[in-house]
Amino acid sequence: MTEPIVMYKDVHKSFGDVKVLRGVDLDIKPAEKVAVIGPSGSGKTTIIRMLMTLEEPTSGDIIVDGKNLWHMEKGGKLVPANEKHLREVRGDIGMVFQHFNLFPHMTILENCMTAPVNVQKENKTSAKERSIEMLEKVGLGDKLDNYPSQLSGGQKQRVAMARALVMRPKIMLFDEVTSALDPELVGEVLEVIRDIAKEGEMAMVLVTHEMEFARDVADRIVFLDNGVIAEQGPPAEVLENSTNERLQSFLHRFRR
Amino acid sequence: MNNNWSWDIFFDAFPKVLEGLGITLGLTIACYLFALIFGFIWTFVKRIPITPIRWVLLWIMEFIRSTPPLVQLFFLYYAWPIVPYIGVTLDPFTSAVLGLGIHYSTYIGEVYRSGIDSVDRGQWEAARALNFSTGQKWTKVILPQAIPPTIPMLGNYLIIMFKEVPLASTVGVSGILFMADEFGSQHWKYLEPITIVAILFLVLSYPSAILISKLEKKMNRRFNKKATSKQIQENKGAVS
Repeated sequence: MTEPIVMYKDVHKSFGDVKVLRGVDLDIKPAEKVAVIGPSGSGKTTIIRMLMTLEEPTSGDIIVDGKNLWHMEKGGKLVPANEKHLREVRGDIGMVFQHFNLFPHMTILENCMTAPVNVQKENKTSAKERSIEMLEKVGLGDKLDNYPSQLSGGQKQRVAMARALVMRPKIMLFDEVTSALDPELVGEVLEVIRDIAKEGEMAMVLVTHEMEFARDVADRIVFLDNGVIAEQGPPAEVLENSTNERLQSFLHRFRR
Repeated sequence: MNNNWSWDIFFDAFPKVLEGLGITLGLTIACYLFALIFGFIWTFVKRIPITPIRWVLLWIMEFIRSTPPLVQLFFLYYAWPIVPYIGVTLDPFTSAVLGLGIHYSTYIGEVYRSGIDSVDRGQWEAARALNFSTGQKWTKVILPQAIPPTIPMLGNYLIIMFKEVPLASTVGVSGILFMADEFGSQHWKYLEPITIVAILFLVLSYPSAILISKLEKKMNRRFNKKATSKQIQENKGAVS
């Protein structure tokens, strides 16, 4: 049995008085593809935002590749992590956002190259080569010198994926990556994610509303409801054979 | 006393007033640079985590903004030297640079802040997700987006400041207004020299204003590089 690459241990998160997550335990194995589904407000985005260090858990631990993400050891005691510790631990994590968040002042190619060159200290020639390769893979090899504002939403999202992939993360997070897209552009983005998933080695956590897509791509579906994991298992089981009432009514709304 | 316009006096006064132009321009630039640099302090005041320090600085900023620059100038030049222990006598030029510079730095700081605030929250998050260091986040992601939109506003403040600089004549900085005033009192002729001052200000600030509005248009073009629907259509066609 392989060690999980990510472990959530009794993770709670509140925003002010609102309890968004109320004790989440979740293990993700290397190369595992996990789809997180659930009603809006159930805290599914918060789960991956905490892993990307965009949100700090109120309590509980997140272990990434054996290292405690939000705490570090100091004088034999666990203390809240500082920026340096966070940088070290989150280095293997990449994320794609709902609203792309491309850098508007950089060309497509520069968007992809900037992190490998500045953060990973890769030399420019090889970073450029790999970035071009990656952009060709997502079907944008002819747009290298365009600026993000000159692209459609689907294209922007594919650039955002290339930008994250170029960093060679061990864990990739997808935060409702098709929610901001026009319906006719959703397909091209999902296609790219399918291709990435097939290649295999990376663990992927997908927060999504696309049930069919989740069934295709995921090894496991996690249904989050009211701040806890209410149901999880292989896609067919969760989507078809679950007896969980909340899940049934959630799915029912989608099938209509 | 002859109240009619006299070209003779105009041409007599012109070189004399012009002598002050160097000081006026020099003071404008000195005040402006001072405000640009000092403005950084106010930019981050609201981010200071220590509440008492933040509170005191915010109060000082509000105080500086709510009192007229002329009063501040008088205070620095006439009153500051007699303040016990910390009082220092300043020459006219220095007190003008400090007075106007500090006053305008509070506005400039606000301009910087608006530039930084205009950067979308998603940009900070993307910088974090790509694991940029704090320094890289500012230099590669935030500032390149925060500064360009503020350039037209900063330019406007340069013009505003240029027009405020004659205040310094009240403490004896010999800029163009001071020279015109001196000429006036010596010859008992004010119409021509003051007109010259007005013309000089017009000639210098009007083209600058045009330049800045051009700059503003250029910035807008650069930052609203919206894809035309035609482009998007073409790009959709190219999807493999």
